[in-house]
Amino acid sequence: MRFDNYDVGGFFDELFTDKGQPRSLGRTLVNNIQSLPEGELLNRQRAAERALLQMGITFNVYGERAGTEKIFPFDLIPRIVSAAEWSRIEKGLKQRITALNLFINDLYHGQKILKDGVVPAEIVLSSKAYRQQCRGFKPPRGIWCHVTGTDLVRHGDGQVYVLEDNLRCPSGVSYVLENRAVMKSMFPQVFAQSTIRPVANYPSRLRDMLEYLAPDQVTSPRCVVLTPGIYNSAYFEHSFLAQQMGIELVEGKDLVIDDGQVWMRTTQGFERVDVIYRRIDDDFLDPECFRPDSMLGVPGLMEVYKNGNVALANAPGGGVADDKVVYAYVPRIIKYYLGEDIILPNVPTYICSEEKDLKYVLEHLPELVVKAANESGGYGMLVGPHATAAQCAEFAEKVQANPRNYIAQPTLALSRVPTLIGDHFEGRHVDLRPYILYGKEITVLPGGLTRVALKKGSLVVNSSQGGGSKDTWVLAGAPEMDSSHPDTTPDRLAPQSTAA
Amino acid sequence: MSRYVERAENVARFIEVNLQLMLDAPAGEGQQWLPLVNTTGDHEEFTKRHGEANEQNVIQFLTFDPENPNSILSCVRAARENARTVREIISSEMWLTLNKFYLMVTAAAENEAVALANPHDFFSEVKNASHLFNGISASTMTRAESWHFFHLGRMLERADKTSRILDVKYFILLRSAEDVGTPFDDIQWAAVLRSASAFEMYRKRHGRLAPRRVVEFLLLDRQFPRAVSHSLSVARDSLHAISGTPLGTFRYSPEKLLGQLCSELVYASVDEIVESGLHEYLDELQTTMNQVGAGIFETFFAFKTPKSRKPAGQQQRQ
Repeated sequence: MRFDNYDVGGFFDELFTDKGQPRSLGRTLVNNIQSLPEGELLNRQRAAERALLQMGITFNVYGERAGTEKIFPFDLIPRIVSAAEWSRIEKGLKQRITALNLFINDLYHGQKILKDGVVPAEIVLSSKAYRQQCRGFKPPRGIWCHVTGTDLVRHGDGQVYVLEDNLRCPSGVSYVLENRAVMKSMFPQVFAQSTIRPVANYPSRLRDMLEYLAPDQVTSPRCVVLTPGIYNSAYFEHSFLAQQMGIELVEGKDLVIDDGQVWMRTTQGFERVDVIYRRIDDDFLDPECFRPDSMLGVPGLMEVYKNGNVALANAPGGGVADDKVVYAYVPRIIKYYLGEDIILPNVPTYICSEEKDLKYVLEHLPELVVKAANESGGYGMLVGPHATAAQCAEFAEKVQANPRNYIAQPTLALSRVPTLIGDHFEGRHVDLRPYILYGKEITVLPGGLTRVALKKGSLVVNSSQGGGSKDTWVLAGAPEMDSSHPDTTPDRLAPQSTAA
Repeated sequence: MSRYVERAENVARFIEVNLQLMLDAPAGEGQQWLPLVNTTGDHEEFTKRHGEANEQNVIQFLTFDPENPNSILSCVRAARENARTVREIISSEMWLTLNKFYLMVTAAAENEAVALANPHDFFSEVKNASHLFNGISASTMTRAESWHFFHLGRMLERADKTSRILDVKYFILLRSAEDVGTPFDDIQWAAVLRSASAFEMYRKRHGRLAPRRVVEFLLLDRQFPRAVSHSLSVARDSLHAISGTPLGTFRYSPEKLLGQLCSELVYASVDEIVESGLHEYLDELQTTMNQVGAGIFETFFAFKTPKSRKPAGQQQRQ
């Protein structure tokens, strides 16, 4: 199969500069694919799908007969990122996570940033993810956001932007690891001829990070993964990570609180648990502290946590920093705590509670994407270019009635990657979610989940809306970045600068 | 998980052996399909739903019936579901093999007619998948607690199925007294042994086919891996490896029951058993094995309240 007729269609294409002109980073791959016998690429695509099915990387399809499982669609053509570009992304993500961690810590302590008026207090304090219960709490090693998945997009201008921060148990990293395992068996020659940075050590890094959080007096900490259970859509990932880390996978009912400690039921009695990688939302973590009707959590867990006898990753309360309106303030948050300009820019965001922005938004609704702050999954959202005049008018009223609840962004022309559609290649829009671990130091997994909107023209990459995934190849080459930011030690959580 | 895989394998072997046996049966000889349902203990449910047993409905019931919890399909589905819940404990090779097994059986179930048009191929695939799973488990799992639970489940299931096949077949075979010494009688006994993969090993041990020797071999042989006595004694070893109790002593009730059962089989003689009634003997054996299974669940898996919490070391001294 050849790329001769592949059309970049006026978009930024990650693999080609123009028709038949691969970028230098993609030449090895393109040559390899074009040298394959006719039909071989399709055979490999089918083999990859079969391998993923056999590995059991599936999700349940609701509403169909029990046992109907599908794989998360996977496309063989990877997204390739150059060493230089990755080094900038990595630097930008470390900067962002460092600042967000300082921000969360400040919110639950002195709230200096609110007092200095850099972020409006009412926006933070009214966020659903702000947890009054966490006020005054010092999490182990001063870390709140241990695992972050930050969604990046590239716009038509070639610039990579941060679209969203995910600080609440982001999922998907297991696809990154399994996709890579499949790709290595599909394109061994390309891997042999290139210097693609490995991702396989993520579980080791994750385990190191978890062990780093254990209380000081514990010499060989016991870490567990806490899952909502086998019917959760991310259960595959929970069991996969536990298996790869060599730690136990538990549900809330497997844990009990006694004598100020967390204990895990085992066949040999109860054993103490020191660190919990929880994949349960704050709301369900502890019915005594959060939602009383939760059946998934562990009653009394927060009390043990606050007394420093168990560590939780991610820390409860950290989700406040990925609120959609708070997002808009991240450039100012970085400037405030680190005194630096943001390295990876935000998508320009209009904050409707600011008068100047509100005026602009109302005048330009047909060009903008408007999002409600407290909604997710595409609800309460207006996509201007796809909306009728009546819908725009209706939305204008909503925004005017409650401007504090809305932000707006320009509609982005997401970059594309060639994708196998039937028997040929077509460009499809992608985003990229790298995974960042914050332990003794901040590390960014060199790669990440490239999600692809498989429907022609679609910008929606979610798996529920016809999205799939691709492997992400980060090329080695440039010198390694310093892996830790100088301002991450727990003793230095105080803001460095009060300049707004 | 291991228990369900073992069960699927046994059911596949029973059916296959019976298919072969029927091909050798003299013309006009009644087809013996209902006894197969008895070996999984689902006699009543089957009769209620199907009435008269024939080759087609028995095979369908035992192979692809999703309503029958002991059908091959249900067993493989349950094994895979169990594996999902302990996936972080087993090796990824085990998971992959079991998942392929599951996909193979569910694909066959969607097109039953095709699978059963060539039953030998399908049932061989099932048996091979089980052997592969066991082999991979044996070569990838540390001999720690989870391995011993895995092994224990498999051995209890195996002992149960061997005892059932003996029970069902002995009863059937003894009725046709006029067949004794005929070629078909020999073939029937060979089929009983083949149902437990025991034919060749029996030949090496006892030579000619004799009903009592067959019972002795399948029940009391201490070296044949599917014999009840052997299966239970290795099950006992695993149980003690899990609990840490020295062999020959007990702390939990399943250890006591299983130990008594093993001793009983070691010191029993086939003549005594047959004279006092094989069926009654096997019936009691199965009851005790069920108690062992329930006791293991109660001892190691039942939900305990925080009041009973004691660190592992302390509980062992109690």
